[in-house]
Amino acid sequence: MNILNLLKVASNSLTKNKFRSFLTMLGIIIGVASVIAMMAIGQGSKQSIEEQISSLGTNILFVRPASQARGGVMMGVSNAKFLTVADADAIKKDCESVAAVSPMVRGSGQAVSSYDNWPTSIYGVNIDYFLIKNWEVQDGRLFSNKEIRSSQKVCLVGNTIVEKLFGEGADPVGESIRFNKIPFKIIGILKIKGESNFGQDQDDIIIAPHTTVQKRILAITHVQNIYVSAKSSDLSKEASEEIETLLRVRHKLVPSEESDFSIRTQEEIMSRLTSTSDILTALLSAIAGISLLVGGIGIMNIMYVSVTERTREIGLRMAVGGKGRDILLQFLIESILLSVVGGIIGIFFGIAVSSFVSNFMNWPVQITIDSIVLSFIFCSVIGIFFGWYPAKKAANLNPIDALRYE
Amino acid sequence: MSHKIIRIQNLVKNYDLGDLTVHALRGIDFDIDEGEFVAIMGPSGSGKSTLLNILGCLDKATSGNYFLDNVDVKKFSKDQLAVLRNEKIGFVFQSYNLLARTSALENVELPLFYNASVNAKERRERAAAALEAVGLLDRMNHFPNQLSGGQQQRVAIARSLVNDPVIILADEPTGNLDSRTSFDIMAVFQKLNSKGITIGLVTHESDIAQFTSRNITFRDGRINKEIVVENIKSASEALTKMPVELDY
Repeated sequence: MNILNLLKVASNSLTKNKFRSFLTMLGIIIGVASVIAMMAIGQGSKQSIEEQISSLGTNILFVRPASQARGGVMMGVSNAKFLTVADADAIKKDCESVAAVSPMVRGSGQAVSSYDNWPTSIYGVNIDYFLIKNWEVQDGRLFSNKEIRSSQKVCLVGNTIVEKLFGEGADPVGESIRFNKIPFKIIGILKIKGESNFGQDQDDIIIAPHTTVQKRILAITHVQNIYVSAKSSDLSKEASEEIETLLRVRHKLVPSEESDFSIRTQEEIMSRLTSTSDILTALLSAIAGISLLVGGIGIMNIMYVSVTERTREIGLRMAVGGKGRDILLQFLIESILLSVVGGIIGIFFGIAVSSFVSNFMNWPVQITIDSIVLSFIFCSVIGIFFGWYPAKKAANLNPIDALRYE
Repeated sequence: MSHKIIRIQNLVKNYDLGDLTVHALRGIDFDIDEGEFVAIMGPSGSGKSTLLNILGCLDKATSGNYFLDNVDVKKFSKDQLAVLRNEKIGFVFQSYNLLARTSALENVELPLFYNASVNAKERRERAAAALEAVGLLDRMNHFPNQLSGGQQQRVAIARSLVNDPVIILADEPTGNLDSRTSFDIMAVFQKLNSKGITIGLVTHESDIAQFTSRNITFRDGRINKEIVVENIKSASEALTKMPVELDY
């Protein structure tokens, strides 16, 4: 029997039992649809995390003091005094892959205006910081290098600070605030960044020259972090290596000593976060996969029923010249048809569910070709795997007994 | 000497049921010539169904020779036997064995599906011709549940004809039918036989056997009696003579 005839015979017998065929397919439809929807939701959330992280800035590297254990006592990171402004300047000067460098010091305290007060943080940075963080000034201006050198008490404030200290929609450029009793003149307002991926309000910030924060607020000479941006994301690994080498030389570390600083790249942070979302996607897909498996077992069940029910038909087919192989193929093709047609319907259903989720629940959703191809292949395999035993059973029937079967 | 469709020599069939061996056939010899209409008779358990299974290449003999159309089937594999059945044998069963929810035409087409050399167009034409031969061309799109028992058996006969077999083997084809319809079916067989088709028919009713040309009677796995019917009755004539009162 050629394949075309087999297809015709198999599809005939399926359409003769339309409702049963549909119910059998339903297991596969739901399974495939949920695999596709789950993978789309997982992929979408992963992508949105990636987007948020890259919105933090481009190709950023963070240099910070490594925590040190001495004599079994953990010395806190904040107490470490291993990075200096000179380190930051050296990185900028000597590392070829580096585009911008900013030292960073951070202090927290109470900000007070003539109207209100608000607990917040002050960041001491240089002008490169705005480049690194890809942050623009909405109103007013940035501080100048001259102002940094002379530790001027000027600052830029985020939108939250404006709201809390001056009220919504106010324009406080030129006004004065005090941070931990030190007066600062507001020279600019930062563009709204919104909430970070970690749930932190990025606009709740005051930015001042690092020299000012070092001297007036914290009374320190070191810096807590150094922010670096590589010339491109491809170069971030090289930049990291260059900084490592440079700082080890500057800190006079011998090869046996561990670095007293650590460098983290944007990619590392991203991979940490996306790995969480990857685990979630895998978990959801696994559950969806189980429902696909259950659908496959449903096919097997129906195929067994079908073989028993059609024992006489099988006997007749054998009597009129059907070989074992023909019978095997007929039932196998029936189960493959069930699972593949169910799979195709399931793919469309899954796409529909995904777009429903993205349109009505505003979840980030991304349907990938991978998930479609994967579930389609999986379906065909299910059809063959779960159809094989019933089909084999049919093919092994003895025609004499099958013809007499009641 | 005419061409022998079936030649069996000292055919033995034993069924092994653990300790017990059932001797279904204990050494049988007979031939069926081309164009014959042979009735195989006997009470139940006499071995006639076993013989029919062997003649139909559905089962193999324990020993002895069986030549179908001069082909020794002893050495054939399962698949080769399937091809042999497809090309040389037509089956008619007591319970018709038509596929439900499948039109008469498609039922008749069935054997040709398993013959790769017949294309869709030819398959359809031959099935229609076979249906015409049993007088059911106008019912070709009817499903089995829309046909009477006699009509269903005619469809089954058409199916047995469609592959142009060397012999039609019928296993109690009238067993499920009333006597009038039985005669009607026998008339169909006689008509086909008159066109030169060889038929082997198993029955236990002697009034059915009287329409054939030779009766072989079995008892306990052996041939008990063999008679050539001198005066073959015509089933269609018997049908017209039948009182109408019996027709229900």
